[in-house]
Amino acid sequence: MPTDVAIEAVDLVKRFGDTVAVDGVSFTVPQGTVLGLLGPNGAGKTTTVRMMTTLTRPTSGTARVAGHDVLTDPAGVRRSMGLTGQAATVDELLTGRENLRLVGSLYGLSSAYIRQASDDLLERFSLSDAGHRVVKEYSGGMRRRLDLAVSLIATPPVLFLDEPTTGLDPRSRVELWDVLRELVSGGTTLLLTTQYLEEADQLADRIVVIDRGIVIAEGTPLQLKDSSGAAAVVVTVSHADDLGRAEEILRDVVGEVHVEPNARQLTSPADGLRDMTRIAAAFEGTDIELDDLGLKRPSLDDVFLRLTGHRADLAAEPTEEVPS
Amino acid sequence: MTPPLARPETRDVGLLRQSLAIVRRNLIHIKRMPEMLMDVTIQPVMFVLMFAYVFGGSIAVAAPDGYREWLLPGIMGQTIAFAAFIVAVGLTADLDKGIVDRMRSLPIHPAAVLVGRSLSSLLHSSIGIVVMSLTGLVVGWRIRGGVLDALTAYGLLLLWGFAMIWVGIWVGSAMRSVEAVNGVMFTTMFPITFVANTFAPTDAMPHWLRVIAEWNPISSLVQAVRELWGNTPPAPDDAAFPLQHPVLMTVVWTLSITAVVAPLALRTFQNRTRD
Repeated sequence: MPTDVAIEAVDLVKRFGDTVAVDGVSFTVPQGTVLGLLGPNGAGKTTTVRMMTTLTRPTSGTARVAGHDVLTDPAGVRRSMGLTGQAATVDELLTGRENLRLVGSLYGLSSAYIRQASDDLLERFSLSDAGHRVVKEYSGGMRRRLDLAVSLIATPPVLFLDEPTTGLDPRSRVELWDVLRELVSGGTTLLLTTQYLEEADQLADRIVVIDRGIVIAEGTPLQLKDSSGAAAVVVTVSHADDLGRAEEILRDVVGEVHVEPNARQLTSPADGLRDMTRIAAAFEGTDIELDDLGLKRPSLDDVFLRLTGHRADLAAEPTEEVPS
Repeated sequence: MTPPLARPETRDVGLLRQSLAIVRRNLIHIKRMPEMLMDVTIQPVMFVLMFAYVFGGSIAVAAPDGYREWLLPGIMGQTIAFAAFIVAVGLTADLDKGIVDRMRSLPIHPAAVLVGRSLSSLLHSSIGIVVMSLTGLVVGWRIRGGVLDALTAYGLLLLWGFAMIWVGIWVGSAMRSVEAVNGVMFTTMFPITFVANTFAPTDAMPHWLRVIAEWNPISSLVQAVRELWGNTPPAPDDAAFPLQHPVLMTVVWTLSITAVVAPLALRTFQNRTRD
């Protein structure tokens, strides 16, 4: 690897006719880290990935993968990366092993190596028993795992995953996350697009939020959450009668209080754990019974809502991200 | 920390071996779904039986050995023309399912996807030619010319298949779904393969239709194959030029179709896959 930057997008722009799908996206991904490209449907995530993986030519700008430029050295890019697309692009009529073998032989790997690597990959993705079965009979989760296994047959240093867990049940999703973490700890650089904030939160070292083709925020998950405003302390009293007294106590300690009588909840902006302990101490000396006392950090959902004006999972844009 | 993953040596094994890997995959498809071969087995056999026994009695031909012998090369011409259909269906399905994108993301020769698809389709059609030859032998068709002429005829059929591949790539790249390919191909290929000398002689057609039929490239191919196999006397003096010089015109037609359609096909494929 010539540099420590594994992936670099430089002012990528893609127009389809009059529509601007991606409008000047730039970011870098250091080697061995995970970048989450977060955005709603139609934000330009897939188009960005397609440009970085040489499948679509940028209208302007460029990208580099493992030091290879997508415009001047697309072959070098293809040698350095694996891609798992949005739809699991494994061959339905082939068995798991035959899929691995097809892609392995296109990489020019020896038959002996492919056999060995297939054994290892199928084992790692819990597909050993299914290796000889036709993919048609696989579940959605198995297809995804095979798709990822196929992308890894030549152990590329950089991996692009376009919405790798879309359509998976929660358990399969968590399993796939574990596999991805393992890959990253082995030194693989990962770029994954996702609509799921939790996924980005779980996996990504850095997050780039894009909406309508432009980058609207960038940072670590924690930075993004912090940028969205302070955390809050939420106090839930056991008896509604105590709400008034609890409100007074909170007002003394932190000033501002918001009361939700139905939920017997009081919310105050807090500066983090320090305020939280002060509040806990203030209640300590009283006979007010508490059901719960907690610190609520803003979720990425809140971040997203603030940044884009719409909830991530509501898929504000009905337009599918199908190019041209 | 997992130890850094070992990276295997990848090699560029070249266009041919990459294409063969794709051919192998396409052949596995046929093995898993033998009904894919119906278009080159059951369908043409049905045509042979239908025309030989149902319509055959009412179609008069000048061939010395009867209609069935005359019919066989016609159905072979139609079968090989349908190579375009086979290529188009396969290519559209692969484009539609993202298989082509997956291949394009690999470090392979940009032509490997098309060459692999073309070779396997040609193999697919060749199976049809073999099945037709065997069916023909059963219903009384014989090769009555020399060995060299017989092989030349098979060669012309293959050459025709190559030209049809380009048509298939063109249609396959332009269409968005296998259903669309079916629609376009059925509504064009059937009339094209019927308004010719494939199933009935052209000299009984109304004049205007006869001109179209005799200038139909498929008529040259079928006439050439019939003459080389000794299944028909030479075309009558009033037949159009292509039927008077069928071998030459078959070569001219295939080269012309390729010269016109190949650039269109490549451009359409590139446009389809670039964005």
